[in-house]
Amino acid sequence: MILSLSGVGHTHADGQAALCDIELRVAQGERVAIIGPSGAGKTTLLRLLATALKPQCGQLELLGEQPWALSVAQRQRLRARIGLIHQAPPLPPRQRVVTAVLAGRLGQWSLGRSLLSLIYPLDAAGAAAELGRLDLADKLYMRCDQLSGGQLQRVGIARVLYQAPELILADEPVSAMDPVLANYTLGVLNREAQQRNATLLASLHAVELALQHFPRIIGVRAGRILFDKPATAVTSEELAALYANEQLSHSPVPAAAFAPPLHIPRC
Amino acid sequence: MLNPTVTRDPAAPARLLLTLVALTLLWPGLSLSELDLGVLFDGSNAETMGVFLAGFWPPAHDQPFLALLAQATLETLAIATAGMALALLIALPGALLATRALSLSALSRGGRPAWWAQALRWPARGLLIVLRSIPEIVWALLFVRAVGLGPTAGVLAIAITYAGMLGKVYAEIFESVDPQPARALLAAGSSRLQAFCYGVLPQATGEMLSYSVYRWECAVRASVVMGFVGAGGLGQQMDLSMRMFAGGEVASMLLTFLALVLLADLLSRLLRWRFA
Amino acid sequence: MKLLARLLIPLALLATVVAAFAYLQLDTATLFGREGLGQMAAYAAGFLDPDLSPAHLRAIGRGALETLAMSAIGTLLAALLGLLLALPAAGRFGRAAQAAARLLLNALRAIPELVWAALMVLAAGLGPNAGTLALALHTAGVLGRLFAEALENTPPAPADALRLNGGGRVVAFCYGTLPSLWPQLVAYTLYRWENNIRMASVLGFVGAGGLGQMLHMSLSLFQEAQASTVIIAMLLMVLAVDALSGWARQRWVRG
Repeated sequence: MILSLSGVGHTHADGQAALCDIELRVAQGERVAIIGPSGAGKTTLLRLLATALKPQCGQLELLGEQPWALSVAQRQRLRARIGLIHQAPPLPPRQRVVTAVLAGRLGQWSLGRSLLSLIYPLDAAGAAAELGRLDLADKLYMRCDQLSGGQLQRVGIARVLYQAPELILADEPVSAMDPVLANYTLGVLNREAQQRNATLLASLHAVELALQHFPRIIGVRAGRILFDKPATAVTSEELAALYANEQLSHSPVPAAAFAPPLHIPRC
Repeated sequence: MLNPTVTRDPAAPARLLLTLVALTLLWPGLSLSELDLGVLFDGSNAETMGVFLAGFWPPAHDQPFLALLAQATLETLAIATAGMALALLIALPGALLATRALSLSALSRGGRPAWWAQALRWPARGLLIVLRSIPEIVWALLFVRAVGLGPTAGVLAIAITYAGMLGKVYAEIFESVDPQPARALLAAGSSRLQAFCYGVLPQATGEMLSYSVYRWECAVRASVVMGFVGAGGLGQQMDLSMRMFAGGEVASMLLTFLALVLLADLLSRLLRWRFA
Repeated sequence: MKLLARLLIPLALLATVVAAFAYLQLDTATLFGREGLGQMAAYAAGFLDPDLSPAHLRAIGRGALETLAMSAIGTLLAALLGLLLALPAAGRFGRAAQAAARLLLNALRAIPELVWAALMVLAAGLGPNAGTLALALHTAGVLGRLFAEALENTPPAPADALRLNGGGRVVAFCYGTLPSLWPQLVAYTLYRWENNIRMASVLGFVGAGGLGQMLHMSLSLFQEAQASTVIIAMLLMVLAVDALSGWARQRWVRG
């Protein structure tokens, strides 16, 4: 078991309950999609798993450790093995893409090497390799404020891929991309996770993409897990119940034919 | 997915050059400035400073000294105010001569004066730059030698230096406001002074006042500093007390100086809020 | 009535100016009278023939380099110390540290450079070391406060994200906060360096080395010709630094 939650709950500072009584077991190498309406608690769940938030109740075990029972230094070492892809990539506007990607291994490098890499990127080839997987290799030396939203999200993904963690957590990683690009990027993410035998949990708004790429789907609604089953076993009634009362009707699109991975439009 | 060939870091040569230049300049810089942080922590030096600083407590507060302090403070304020007034007398004409906002040749060129019109303005601009580039304390030192110790030297020094500063900034303010009213007046045949008073001045007053009041605040601090070379006011008294190692008096004067700076800051903010 | 109220403050200002002149009792008659002007003209005439002998020019060259070094090293030290103090002053280490850091920064910048220089001459003796330390201490207070304000306005999200990926505090700051902070740090430091070149010349008056000390000596010995060369050198140096700093700001801060 790479991660295990039992009875986990979290309340926001203003008193609103974000998550209640979460039971979750994920084995190594699994790829899981988390879907649900806005405000259901998907981001909170992912941030809990990334140890950004401390659960108010319940047991949380990650990579064989209890993160909140560790010292600060040990928890930092644990965090270096977990990679969180943010929905809005927290990249300083004036920083160059190569430095932003190399920042993924800051938890593993020594202080001297990190500071030197700030002035002269020591592993530009490594960064270029990860960016190349996401079709951004030509943006290696550009500044982050010169990129579009979709490109920035891909830089955030490249950073986590460069970090090479054992557990990849993705919070809406393709929300700013057009459907074809989103499909392609999720494909890349899944392939990389499989090749590295890493565990991948991603929260997605687009149900069809989730069903298409991920073998296991978790539905979250109002802070609770509604269902947790293989993608093939998810029925349209369960999806309707998940997204009930949403303004827009969310009828799931059946698994469409794969768009070929070549000839993607440049963002 | 083929790995693309990695191009060289375009920023690397410039950064390397900058680092090398900085390192080559650092060594002579350190040796010329004779930097030695150790003196701050040296035992005997620390003791000397400690003895000096110990004399600061209690601050002197006997009656005759307080009277002297009040008089010196008023003198400092008077030096700053009188100096600024004289500076304004020089700065305003200087700014009018140097600014491009009243250029007649610019009317037909969309705002940029002809080359000969720019050249004619250079003497005024150059004079203003020279006046403000020499530190006011140098002027103060010169005037002390010329007219003797006392506040006169300070007033003249501030007048000259701040005339340069005010003149340059006023000229820039005139150029930064909306030029249409002034240009319309000039095109209709009014004189430059009329175009200035009716077209530029109404828009520029706020900024001018704001900057002038800020400069007055700086003038108060500068007056104290110039007192150290004999230009009167609080600074001259502080210099005398320091030479006599009268720590208590120095402490009182430092506190008064801090209070004065705070007061000037408050007054300046009040006037700027009221006017601009 | 309304007119009077509007004119009140301008009239008050005018009255203050008149009072200032009256208080100082400037003897304008003798000052600007024939004798006074004649005296000043005679004094000024001594400056119109600057001493350009090679020996003196060499001494001035060395003095100018000393002044430049004092101001550059002093400003550099001040930027480092200011940044160190800006971190607690912006609240990164809690309220108590914030209050203490702000107090220290205010104390450093409230005391003018000249007073610091007098203190440093006591501690370190005559020479440029005293001037460098004095500039460093005063400017650290000024820059520290400016840096703290800039730091408070920088979003903390990038650095927090790097902490979450396992990075230490120092690297999270360098990779996450520093890139956004850097242009402002450079701009403020360059601006203070410009100012410090002027101040460095002045500190020489209390014995802290450089061109200021040369000027003080030559004026005290009534060597106007030598003094005038020093003043010209000061002027040229200030103009050059203004131009250089303006170019550097255009090149790095806007881009």
